Amino acid sequence: MEELLIKDYSSQGRKGYSLPPLDVEKSDLDSYYSDYIREESPGLPEVSEVDVVRHYTALSELNYGVDSGIYPLGSCTMKYNPKRNENVARAAELTNIHPYQEDEHVQGSLEILYELKQYLAEISGMDEITLQPASGAHGELTGMMIIHQYFDKKNDNRTKVLVPDSAHGTNPASAMMAGYDVVEIPSNERGMVDVDDLKEAMDENVAALMLTNPNTLGIFEEDILEIADIVHDNGGLLYYDGANMNAVMGYVRPGDMDFDVLHFNLHKTFSTPHGGGGPGSGPVGVKDFLAPYLPKPVLKKGKDSYFWDNDRPDSLGKVHAFYGNYGVMLRAWSYIITIGGKGLKKTTENAVLNANYLKAKLIKEFELPYAADSLHEFVLSGSKQKKEGVSTLNIAKRLLDYDQYAPTIYFPLVVKEAMMIEPTETEDIRTLNRFVDTMLTIAREIKEDPELVNNAPHTTIVRKLDETKAAREPNLRW
Amino acid sequence: MDYVSNTKSERKNMLKEIGVKAVEDLFNMIPEEVALDRPLNIPDGISELELVRKVQKHAAKNKSLDKLTSFLGAGAYDHYVPGIIDHLISRSEFYTAYTPYQAELSQGTLEAIYEYQSMISELTGLDVTNASMLDGGSAAAEAVVMGARISRRKKVLLPETVNPAYREVIRTYGRHQDLEFIDIKTENTAVLPELIEKELDDDTAVVVVQYPNFFGSIEKMEEIGRMVNNAKKAVFVVIANPILLGLLKEPAEFGADIVVGEAQNLGNGLNYGGPYLGFMSTRDDRSYIRQLPGRIVGKTTDVDGKEGFVLTLQTREQHIRRERATSNICTNEALNALMATIYMAAMGKDGLKEVAEQSFHKAHYLAERIDKLDGYQVVNKDNFFFEFVVKSDRDLEKVKNSLLEENIIVGYDLKEAERDGLLICVTEKRTKEEMDQLVEKLEVV
Amino acid sequence: MSVKEGLIYSEDHEWVKKEGNTAVIGISDFAQEELGDIVFVELPDAGDEFNQNDSFGVLESVKAVSDVFVPVSGKVVEVNEELFDNPELINEDPYGDGWLIKMEMSDESELEELLSAEEYTEFIEEA
Repeated sequence: MEELLIKDYSSQGRKGYSLPPLDVEKSDLDSYYSDYIREESPGLPEVSEVDVVRHYTALSELNYGVDSGIYPLGSCTMKYNPKRNENVARAAELTNIHPYQEDEHVQGSLEILYELKQYLAEISGMDEITLQPASGAHGELTGMMIIHQYFDKKNDNRTKVLVPDSAHGTNPASAMMAGYDVVEIPSNERGMVDVDDLKEAMDENVAALMLTNPNTLGIFEEDILEIADIVHDNGGLLYYDGANMNAVMGYVRPGDMDFDVLHFNLHKTFSTPHGGGGPGSGPVGVKDFLAPYLPKPVLKKGKDSYFWDNDRPDSLGKVHAFYGNYGVMLRAWSYIITIGGKGLKKTTENAVLNANYLKAKLIKEFELPYAADSLHEFVLSGSKQKKEGVSTLNIAKRLLDYDQYAPTIYFPLVVKEAMMIEPTETEDIRTLNRFVDTMLTIAREIKEDPELVNNAPHTTIVRKLDETKAAREPNLRW
Repeated sequence: MDYVSNTKSERKNMLKEIGVKAVEDLFNMIPEEVALDRPLNIPDGISELELVRKVQKHAAKNKSLDKLTSFLGAGAYDHYVPGIIDHLISRSEFYTAYTPYQAELSQGTLEAIYEYQSMISELTGLDVTNASMLDGGSAAAEAVVMGARISRRKKVLLPETVNPAYREVIRTYGRHQDLEFIDIKTENTAVLPELIEKELDDDTAVVVVQYPNFFGSIEKMEEIGRMVNNAKKAVFVVIANPILLGLLKEPAEFGADIVVGEAQNLGNGLNYGGPYLGFMSTRDDRSYIRQLPGRIVGKTTDVDGKEGFVLTLQTREQHIRRERATSNICTNEALNALMATIYMAAMGKDGLKEVAEQSFHKAHYLAERIDKLDGYQVVNKDNFFFEFVVKSDRDLEKVKNSLLEENIIVGYDLKEAERDGLLICVTEKRTKEEMDQLVEKLEVV
Repeated sequence: MSVKEGLIYSEDHEWVKKEGNTAVIGISDFAQEELGDIVFVELPDAGDEFNQNDSFGVLESVKAVSDVFVPVSGKVVEVNEELFDNPELINEDPYGDGWLIKMEMSDESELEELLSAEEYTEFIEEA
């Protein structure tokens, strides 16, 4: 290990905190709860404040973030996280509030949330929004539960949900969590939903089709209206996975493509930081006819104030104890009002421009399995390099040697040796060119000295880690 | 203001490289029938100075706890948050990183999660902890669903002493897995073990208990645990308050199979309910681990034999197992877990205990004084830790409102949970002066 | 990569060794190599019955999960419990210590639908 564990700095009697002395008389804790007091204290560290600060600073130095450089993970939309949004989310009057405070004490916050809802509705073409889901997958689950509730109320016991084979893994998993059987439908040779296959799979037991558009190949489903008709004609609903919203803002709206339900990823499209894996925020938008089923409470505007509406008899229930990831919503709101409606469209244009620029440069050396025009991301295959003796995994690892993060690899599953690349709009031409140069250098290295790439990474603080050992003999705590 | 760096001429060169004339040409595949033919109806962007002014305007409409004295708890707690936490998590290598897919460039995040897992396991007494869940409510729901998968049964015993918001989330998740819920009722603030015993049978999948429970009381943990463990294959899920586990016995001592809860109180602010983080621990037993949702970090070695950390046991997860995964969870609450980690490190062995003790003593000081007042009774004065229930023959709505005028939030109105009374919470942050003031006002309203 | 002579193979890459009325079942060397290091094995209990081509268990590598299918119908009589602690046996010795289950066949004629070592070699070369 490059840096010891915090417990290794422990030294009996060290302290990293202080509290004001107790200012009331002690009650008799021991006699009160004698059977419930620990015999031994938990094995937490005994360290000083300086120990703590040095240790976590050292750990941060072993990490790579968007502020370090390009982060071209496909489907993850790793754009720059504006610092001003961080300041907004730390304003004491907006954050030092308890979730059960009276509505009239949090009108400023509710107004922000209400504005955010309106912006999201406008961007997506939906009618009503819930902010409760705490992540994209949580939004998917909520969306599928809304659909379930809608059919339940009609006494319609549909059992199946259709998911394309190129879908994010969360789609089938969310449908399963909402109680549905998942039926996978294959993509056609152009990387799109096969309309004939869809027709065949569609029947009166299908509750919904979950679709990402553009899909995970970055390709726009051109037959979307026909697809929507097929689903709707059978009484099913159309779900939009908003992971790729960065590709379409200001150009096309899921609501206008006849989608009935969608989720947003505020931590992707709306620039909130990923925090090393979370928190995210996954608001869900619906058309009017589904609004009664949203989780409660729903934020409403009264005559001259905002309030949480708990009187929702048809609501599906709750998916979060409170209102969702409020702190993330503050950042997304700050982002939207900072760049404005025109800025959102410009964002999309430049995300698509950057991706197409990289694609045009990289297909000189790497295979492009699906030739259709793509938007904000694209998928290459490392098949050619695999034949030359180097797998996509090692291309990704070699990128790390050049101080750049790797694309998403081995996804979508429909592409062999997949490399899914999404640069986002915030990367500039110099950064993009450097990435291209590096990728082309690696392609050359593979031809000249494949072992150099196969043994990558060489320069990182740890080298290739033994994942087999980690899974066979799990060591999950100190 | 936007965040696009490239200039017009740079963009022109890029378009040339791609082989199109205008950027709009890149969107030609979007059918005309669906394309948006108007600008988005969202105002133009603003500068940072304008943003700050706008934020100030909104902030002025709030009345935060900076201006109020709060005795609110009920699942979100106002504890001391050490100042170092915000500084450390503001290091952008932490907060602007993604999920640690490329382990070699993510050792900081991974090692911190390993520490988090270790310290939460110290508190719960169960050896396997995942990297965090979305919040306490969803963690409880996923624990119940997981327990039902392990026991392959459908009946869940859910006492009324469990946080009502959690009960609602649990039911929402459970309904979609065809689980059947039996409410264990109680007039009191703790559940009678006999009532649990009466419902326990060969169909019981899961028994849920909160420790301490929603009303602040501690259930007969040992007795209930013994019953559940005797009912073969029923899974014992304990929803615990992690900060109190620095002092109270670890739930594993009572036979818990899965321990979950809300860890907001470990170094995370109130933030109007989120982002918070759920924690989840389970037995070091393959049949439990394989059903655990969420990410897990493990320690291993690299090709040179150097120790390092990776995401592990990933075949449980949605990106590999899809509709057969243990959960759909992907994004979790990593940064909040980092805050909890730093909190546990800084407070350490003694700190958590001292916070728990101070909260206990202060809450008991206040309860005793309130109970002595005419017209007020502390319902659970014989059994509460740092939250307690007050009933009164006075109009509590009026009491609550007139105290609000004095800038005091007296507590959580239990009518939200379909009960009478107020749930009052005292953390180490409340002072004797604040409590005396509350008592004084209560007396005169 | 080896294809062991004398065994019978399925197109799902399982092999069968006939011992009287009992079928010993495992996965081929080709299959173990495609899967990579196996880290976990989920197998049925003795007594479980399966029809031909049913999934009878799951093999997991670090980043993949694969079902395994019975090439013939019958009842499980023995499970290789050694694999629960040492799943690497499948990688190290797929035709020997890495066997998965033994089944009592209910219809031996099903064996005729399967591939000989020679046919299987051709099959994987085409793939």
